[in-house]
Amino acid sequence: MRVLVAVKRVVDYNVKVRVKADGTGVDLANVKMSMNPFDEIACEEAVRLKEAGIATEVVAVCCGAAACQETLRSAMAMGADRGVLVESDADLQPLAVAKLLQAVANKEAPQLVLLGKQAIDDDSNQVGQMLASLMGWPQATFASKVVLGGGVATVTREIDGGLETLELKLPAVVTSDLRLNEPRYATLPNIMKAKKKPLGILKPSDLGVDVSPRLATLTVAEPPRRAAGVRVPDVKQLVDKLRNEAKVLP
Amino acid sequence: MSVLVVAEHDGASLKSATLNTLGAAARLGGELHVLVAGASCGAAAAAAGQVAGVSKVLQAEAAHYADQGAENLAALVLAQAGAYTHIVLPATSFGKNLAPRVAARLDVAQISDIVSVLAADTFVRPIYAGNALATVKSGDAVKVITVRTTAFEVAGQGGTAAIAAIAPGPDLGLSRCVGRELTKSARPELAAAKIVVSGGRGMGSAENYSRLLDPLADKLNAALGASRAAVDAGYAPNDYQVGQTGKIVAPQLYLAIGISGAIQHLAGMKDAKVIVAVNKDPDAPIFQVADYGLVGDLFELVPQLAAELG
Ligand SMILES: Cc1cc2nc3c(=O)[nH]c(=O)nc-3n(C[C@H](O)[C@H](O)[C@H](O)COP(=O)(O)OP(=O)(O)OC[C@H]3O[C@@H](n4cnc5c(N)ncnc54)[C@H](O)[C@@H]3O)c2cc1C
Ligand SMILES: Nc1ncnc2c1ncn2[C@@H]1O[C@H](COP(=O)(O)O)[C@@H](O)[C@H]1O
Repeated sequence: MRVLVAVKRVVDYNVKVRVKADGTGVDLANVKMSMNPFDEIACEEAVRLKEAGIATEVVAVCCGAAACQETLRSAMAMGADRGVLVESDADLQPLAVAKLLQAVANKEAPQLVLLGKQAIDDDSNQVGQMLASLMGWPQATFASKVVLGGGVATVTREIDGGLETLELKLPAVVTSDLRLNEPRYATLPNIMKAKKKPLGILKPSDLGVDVSPRLATLTVAEPPRRAAGVRVPDVKQLVDKLRNEAKVLP
Repeated sequence: MSVLVVAEHDGASLKSATLNTLGAAARLGGELHVLVAGASCGAAAAAAGQVAGVSKVLQAEAAHYADQGAENLAALVLAQAGAYTHIVLPATSFGKNLAPRVAARLDVAQISDIVSVLAADTFVRPIYAGNALATVKSGDAVKVITVRTTAFEVAGQGGTAAIAAIAPGPDLGLSRCVGRELTKSARPELAAAKIVVSGGRGMGSAENYSRLLDPLADKLNAALGASRAAVDAGYAPNDYQVGQTGKIVAPQLYLAIGISGAIQHLAGMKDAKVIVAVNKDPDAPIFQVADYGLVGDLFELVPQLAAELG
């Protein structure tokens, strides 16, 4: 069976972003970009399914500017068989991405689509659920374990109170949480091999998808800064300050 | 304008996140309805009717709503959606799972994790782990929204809304819940607690985590939390994780013990009123947000602190 994995190119998680002085967004000039960490986890899971003989082909999909080819090469260096770039310079919001992925899924007919639970730039946590909804498929978000067999996916999810296990009819959508696996580092030979793997490029118009944004960003601002704190020399003074200065203890 | 809040509940009562969500929904103006769906949720529906500002409760009962699966619930919400300009859920694992499914079928954007309502179509939401706040305006006919619960006061009591039974949708049979392991704790709920004691990798082991932090949390009647590193290492259960991709907390007092203060962790707790950090590294970034910093070995300081609290 074929597995599709959606990977997004985002600002690297180690970068502390700065809001632009004119309030139009965050400054992305000369900032390190990487694959969204949750998507690395999704990609790792897909590759493991292939190594286990359950998946026959892993196809990585990315929607965005031409530079996303790099992200797809990273996915192929991890072990994805080929890549599909839906190329667009537009501001692709989650609904648009979900529609693009729907169109790709309709072409590729996967049994499973793996995504990250959340892109760490927009922090939306939407695309997987939207895709499942548009396809009319079941979903398991925030997955920490995925087992496939007998036409079903058995998925353990991290929910607010603990863990939940769902059985989904395939085809299905699964979004990864942090503890699903630990993604591998691509080896140099695999990075070289990835350069020769097929990478198809489509445009939103080829897929008949209108990607116009639905949300207009009016301003982007810095969050309020916390006032500088103080060091306290010992526990006694800490408790005294919490009681008498901050008044958060009786 | 008419607003539908989809309640998160356990059948018997509303989750506190629902009350914060109702607090946010009240700011939108217009009529306020609540949908309560479950296998047996009469008590939760009655509780929703008593919330101030709610004018109607829609109650749907069917066995296939027992596990609150997103597929069946989304279909139920969609069947009601035509009557509303806003559909609002808490940004909890329940709401995040469900809201985008509804929005996609309505062909509208979903607005995640709002922290402020500026107008019925304009909202503020954090992006980049809370390092920026975006003000967004929706051009869609229906606004599907999730609410960061810590940013809104809980709605008050005193409502007398009528409860209307609505017809459940069919069981789509797409997925089935086959198990649940919920963390049992007598402590306050993490996301709503007044005091949170969180431990990080510095705790060193699961045994140390509970040996040192349990007595402290007991004395403070606090909820326990953890960094991702502590959860990954198995010191604490997954639902203790505070941060960008864990729980968001905004207690009166947050104690970060053996936590370095990575941006992903700060994203989950920097709206606490007072932050205390205990760390042996004087340069740990957590001290940049801490109101009170105590530099030293947590293995000495935490027992001292528990003792000092009497
Ligand atoms: C996609 C993504 C999402 C993430 N989401 C989250 C999230 O939601 N929440 C989260 O917390 N993290 C998250 N992280 C991880 C985050 O980047 C950090 O790795 C993590 O927060 C570090 O946890 P820590 O502070 O416990 O560990 P460390 O960074 O290792 O810090 C341990 C601290 O303990 C101190 N220490 C050690 N021994 C002692 C002692 N005896 N006494 C006193 N102090 C001591 C050390 O000085 C150090 O500062 C995420 C990362 C990624 C990539
Ligand atoms: N532009 C994109 N291209 C490919 N996948 C994406 C894109 N945007 C989001 N995704 C996928 O959807 C997940 C959730 O993203 P979001 O809903 O934006 O938080 C990500 O972890 C990716 O797997």
